Amino acid sequence: MYKTIMVPIDLAHLPQIAGAIDTAGDLARHYGATLAFVSITAETPTAIAHNPEEFRARLSAFAAEQAARLGVEISAKAYAATDPSIDIDKTLLEAISDTGADLVVMASHRPGLADYFWAAHGAWLAKHAEISIFLVR
Amino acid sequence: MSDTNGGEPLPEPEGAATLIETEYEIGQDNITPKIGPFGLDIHNPVFAISGLAVLVFVLATLAFQNSIGPLFLAMRDGLTASLDWFFLIAGNIFVLVCLALVVSPLGRVRIGGREATPDYSYLGWFSMLFAAGMGIGLMFFGVSEPMSHYGASYGGTVMENGVRTDWAPLGAAEGDVDAARMLGMAATIYHWGLHPWAIYAVVALSLALFAYNKGLPLTVRSIFYPIFGERVWGWPGHIIDILAVFATLFGLATSLGIGAQQANAGLSYLFGIDVGTTAQVLLIVGITLAALISVLRGLDGGVKRLSELNLILATILLLFIFVVGPTVAILTGFFENLFAYGREVVSLSNPFGREDDNFRQGWTAFYWAWWISWSPFVGMFIARVSRGRTVREFIVCVLLIPTLVSVLWMTTMGGTALSQLVDGGFTGVQEAALELKLFEMLTQLPLTTIASFVAIVLVIVFFVTSSDSGSLVIDTITAGGKIDAPVSQRVFWVSFEGLVAAALLIGGGLGALQAMAVSTGFPFAIVLLLACYALVRGLMDEPR
Repeated sequence: MYKTIMVPIDLAHLPQIAGAIDTAGDLARHYGATLAFVSITAETPTAIAHNPEEFRARLSAFAAEQAARLGVEISAKAYAATDPSIDIDKTLLEAISDTGADLVVMASHRPGLADYFWAAHGAWLAKHAEISIFLVR
Repeated sequence: MSDTNGGEPLPEPEGAATLIETEYEIGQDNITPKIGPFGLDIHNPVFAISGLAVLVFVLATLAFQNSIGPLFLAMRDGLTASLDWFFLIAGNIFVLVCLALVVSPLGRVRIGGREATPDYSYLGWFSMLFAAGMGIGLMFFGVSEPMSHYGASYGGTVMENGVRTDWAPLGAAEGDVDAARMLGMAATIYHWGLHPWAIYAVVALSLALFAYNKGLPLTVRSIFYPIFGERVWGWPGHIIDILAVFATLFGLATSLGIGAQQANAGLSYLFGIDVGTTAQVLLIVGITLAALISVLRGLDGGVKRLSELNLILATILLLFIFVVGPTVAILTGFFENLFAYGREVVSLSNPFGREDDNFRQGWTAFYWAWWISWSPFVGMFIARVSRGRTVREFIVCVLLIPTLVSVLWMTTMGGTALSQLVDGGFTGVQEAALELKLFEMLTQLPLTTIASFVAIVLVIVFFVTSSDSGSLVIDTITAGGKIDAPVSQRVFWVSFEGLVAAALLIGGGLGALQAMAVSTGFPFAIVLLLACYALVRGLMDEPR
């Protein structure tokens, strides 16, 4: 049913997204799909990496580690943005077409008051993407 | 782009092979409190101390206005009067360092590593750096400053008890219309040309180098790594960052207040709207809301678009005045003024053996302190958008092109007003209040109402672009160099800045705080001289 499942990865918040990764792994095994890890980083130095190149390497390393653990094939793709907190939504949309994904599995927080001020990324994506979005809480 | 080279060692950063090895991890001192529904990610203690200190200062200024105001003003005057030589020398050093970098082999170093590609087109990049760097001042001083210097020069020197009491630059040009005109324009361009942009260029280039090439966080303290070493992550660094937040916030808030007054004056002139605190506070609320939308739309969708709109509007106004104003005079004036600037710049920047104390201390040293106090903000913003440029390209675009644009702007605005006075005998501009001179000049041109309206819109848009980029900068500094901190933080800083400006406008004390912001120029000038050293040292380690 699904061939490529995209999983947005936040290397700075791995514990919060562990559930989404496991869910995606289960789905991939079930459908014989591959996973596509995508991630967005700043072009300035961050806590994860000094620059986008180093960030790409870290994401790839993480993908390889998860591929071995979950037993599915995982590709990794990192995007660098000048203003990641804002650009994340449209970059994820772009990543869906780049990876050719037919399902997105992503972590989401429980809705709260702040959602009235600006939409959560998962909600935004569900509203704008043409494929299915699976939010894991 | 999609790479799965999981087990391989980390690649070199796009050609920049000189990362600084430090134990410090970006965000290690950050705390992530939750206030109500909003999660934050802020540097401890920079965020708390800067926020609280700003509150304390504003409250103290409001409560003890009568005693604190004169104190700040005296501090500013004392600094510019006794240390004018220091500011002038420092300004000259910045220009020389920049010019030397353009011609030296270091000019080949690329920000972000040898293979890095620019994030923005030339137009988008230039719009952003110009809007952040000068913006509103050009609207305020474009007409008024050439007029002031012309008037003072034409009036000649006045001696009282052996001290010159006139405000004319150099030896003035008593009774000589053409010489006074040239001297007035040269002096104005001197204040808006190479020197201010060299100050910005030094800060911006240093920040960009230490973040993009050396891998340190994008915050002011990183420049000082070569000097302080690991201690830069402790209190010496906290103090530098807090000072930078201070200078940025007060610089912005006071300008916001003054800009609201100018926009109000223009609106009252045009539509008869009352001049008063209510209208000005409403203007601040409007500007702050627009800035809020801009930061929420992000660097590309908000700040860049507004800066481009800004540049387009400014070009339209400039072209309009050029076409309907004294076209030939402006055209020849551009080259004459450029030449006059080239001829006078050496004597104007000479710190010793001059008699024009009022001009040198009251204008030049004040301006230098003012530009320096703005430099953390403008420099950091320029740094953030300059990845992928070579040092040579950077300096040409941040130093030389803006200088030419300043010459063009001053020639068009000030030159037109001077021509109205000298050739047409119209004294309206000369007699008008400072904030009305621009609008008075426009009355002598066709389509006055439309042109004045565009000018007011431009004043407001210039403010929005300063306010949004300034808030992004403060947010980054107070988040320990993180540019991907939660969005609620930038909302906080934009609103806080508007509140500070409104409080100062209602309670009075804008002038006093501006004086204080300028007073931060002196410690920062020392900081910037050290930055020149760190910059050259840092560049020498880079692959060229």
